[in-house]
Amino acid sequence: MTQAILSLGDLQVHFAMRGPFNRRIGSIKAVDGVSFDLMPGEVFGLVGESGCGKSTLGKAIMGIHKPTAGEIWFEGQRIDRLAPAARRAVRRSLQYAYQDPGASLDPRWKIGSSLHEPLVIHTDLDAAARDARIRSILEAVGLPDTHLDLYPHEISGGQQRRVGLARILTLHPKVVILDEPTSGLDVSVQATVLSLFRGLRETFDLSYVLISHDLAVIRTMCSRVAVMYLGRIVESGPTDAIFDRPRHPYTRSLVAAIPKIGGVRVTRDFWLQGEPPDPSNLPSGCRFRTRCPKAADLCAREEPALGTRGQGSVACHFPD
Amino acid sequence: MTALLAVEDLSLGFATEAGFASVLDRVSLSIERGQVLGLVGESGCGKTTLARAILGVLPRETARITGGRVLFRGTDLLTADPAVVNQTVRGRSITFVPQDPFTSFNPVFTVGEQIMEILKWKSPRAVAPTGRGWLPAVVSRYPSDRKRLDFDAVLELLDAVQLPRPDQMLRKYPHELSGGQRQRLMIAMALLPGPDLVIADEPTTALDVTIQAQILGLIRRLATERNVAVLLTTHDLGAAYEICDAVNVMYAGQDVESAPVERFFAAPAHPYTTKLLASLPRADGTASGIPGEVPGLITPPDGCRFHPRCERAAGPCRQARPPVDQLGAGHWVRCYHPHREAT
Repeated sequence: MTQAILSLGDLQVHFAMRGPFNRRIGSIKAVDGVSFDLMPGEVFGLVGESGCGKSTLGKAIMGIHKPTAGEIWFEGQRIDRLAPAARRAVRRSLQYAYQDPGASLDPRWKIGSSLHEPLVIHTDLDAAARDARIRSILEAVGLPDTHLDLYPHEISGGQQRRVGLARILTLHPKVVILDEPTSGLDVSVQATVLSLFRGLRETFDLSYVLISHDLAVIRTMCSRVAVMYLGRIVESGPTDAIFDRPRHPYTRSLVAAIPKIGGVRVTRDFWLQGEPPDPSNLPSGCRFRTRCPKAADLCAREEPALGTRGQGSVACHFPD
Repeated sequence: MTALLAVEDLSLGFATEAGFASVLDRVSLSIERGQVLGLVGESGCGKTTLARAILGVLPRETARITGGRVLFRGTDLLTADPAVVNQTVRGRSITFVPQDPFTSFNPVFTVGEQIMEILKWKSPRAVAPTGRGWLPAVVSRYPSDRKRLDFDAVLELLDAVQLPRPDQMLRKYPHELSGGQRQRLMIAMALLPGPDLVIADEPTTALDVTIQAQILGLIRRLATERNVAVLLTTHDLGAAYEICDAVNVMYAGQDVESAPVERFFAAPAHPYTTKLLASLPRADGTASGIPGEVPGLITPPDGCRFHPRCERAAGPCRQARPPVDQLGAGHWVRCYHPHREAT
């Protein structure tokens, strides 16, 4: 069996809530015991509603948030407790694509300068070599090199996303964490951006962790999926198994909520009521029980562990 | 039967630094009483501008209407007396559900105060038109007997939009509520004046899928129960499929196709519509996308604005805008080379 390129072991990221005089009055468990393995060349999907901790998880992998407990392994090396200098070397091959690339490009820098910057920081190439690298990457993401002299506001949202991606790829990373890569894009642009991701993965031998709330995007892109709810993975497994035969009641409701053109209208009899509870004040036992139609006494007493079932694993006392 | 709202050949634009941007180019649509009409298009196609033009809330300094009519119950809202429109139509017969429930409440007042503020002016129980009198708005009276009736109506409607414990909800500030709760309140606020038409501008874009399914179901149910027409602008074809009776498609400020919902998804005729439907992600990962970009509106292409990206485009497409081509009951398309059914 091949070794996982990135693996998380029981990762926790808690944020302290402070009251008067900076006294600690509780904590928000944004990520609470998440484990998964990313195989080389794989596209792993993390899906969940807003506030479920999927972006925090992505940022914790990058070292932007410090994990409270747990382990992160990258290429056989434990990276969550590295010294800053060693961490910087890892960051070259582990890259993060932000949700809104327009906001992460400096509005006063030309696209060309923004593309040079990562190479200046991480490599000792001279200007001519950097320029050659940039032009080849720009071609790979499908932008003309006349764009090097434009400012971010002069190009469209889809093109900004391509620039953001080019900026990451110049360093030849091995794993890219894509955080909501298509939010805010129109469907016609989204389709071309997604096929670009697929093409680049093959050209550059990448592995992706794809974070999204859009199940349709996850379904077309990923080979394996983990569904998160309030900081925990409630179900994970191969994409087809999750979508065709969801076992956790939350996954079932998520899959049922996607409008299916030509199919039955979900709004007629959508059964999931209410909204996720406050993450600073979680219910006892299973976190989903306040909205779950199957909830019983056991669910309030005991938090279900992630157990193997069929091709995947599910954290529920009464899975389907 | 005359339509509740009919927009006829509306053209308008905005004066910008770079020149005059023609944002709507001879757009027409009509809604019947109790109908849910989806106005579908990508960002920048003019759907929000059209919704604002119907409401009459375009920015006064820059917007210029260059032609067309907006007929509501037979009256042209563009030429009617603005004071009359303000008192009897806007916020009363036509109300609005905004896109972003996070920024549409005033953060320093409780939601209850904000809801009662609407009803002070726009309550269906007010006998005389409650426009602005000679007194400043803050000191104008709100008759207490009407206030009591209005408050009961608010509680009843909050119950109808499935908000738990309405009386406690009204004492909360907007930041204490979740996005789904705020959007439910917005829908309640839009329905309180007893409107004939609700314009919902991307009401579920900012929400999660499970909440979206709840909110869409709510809009559909309330529209049917109260016989209110809804103009739903959206870029999400799935949402349009869920609750609309008919769908209008816009591209770069032009209306390109309109059809009853079943026909729209079964037999789309305009090349843009078919490409848009083909762009939706599918399980086998074969979504195609549309090459090229939406044209700039300062110097839009002549004729059909889709022709630079259309593989069926020929000579006439580049010169004149195609006329309306009736394909079936309620189904028309503006294209010289539409996809016709094999039958």
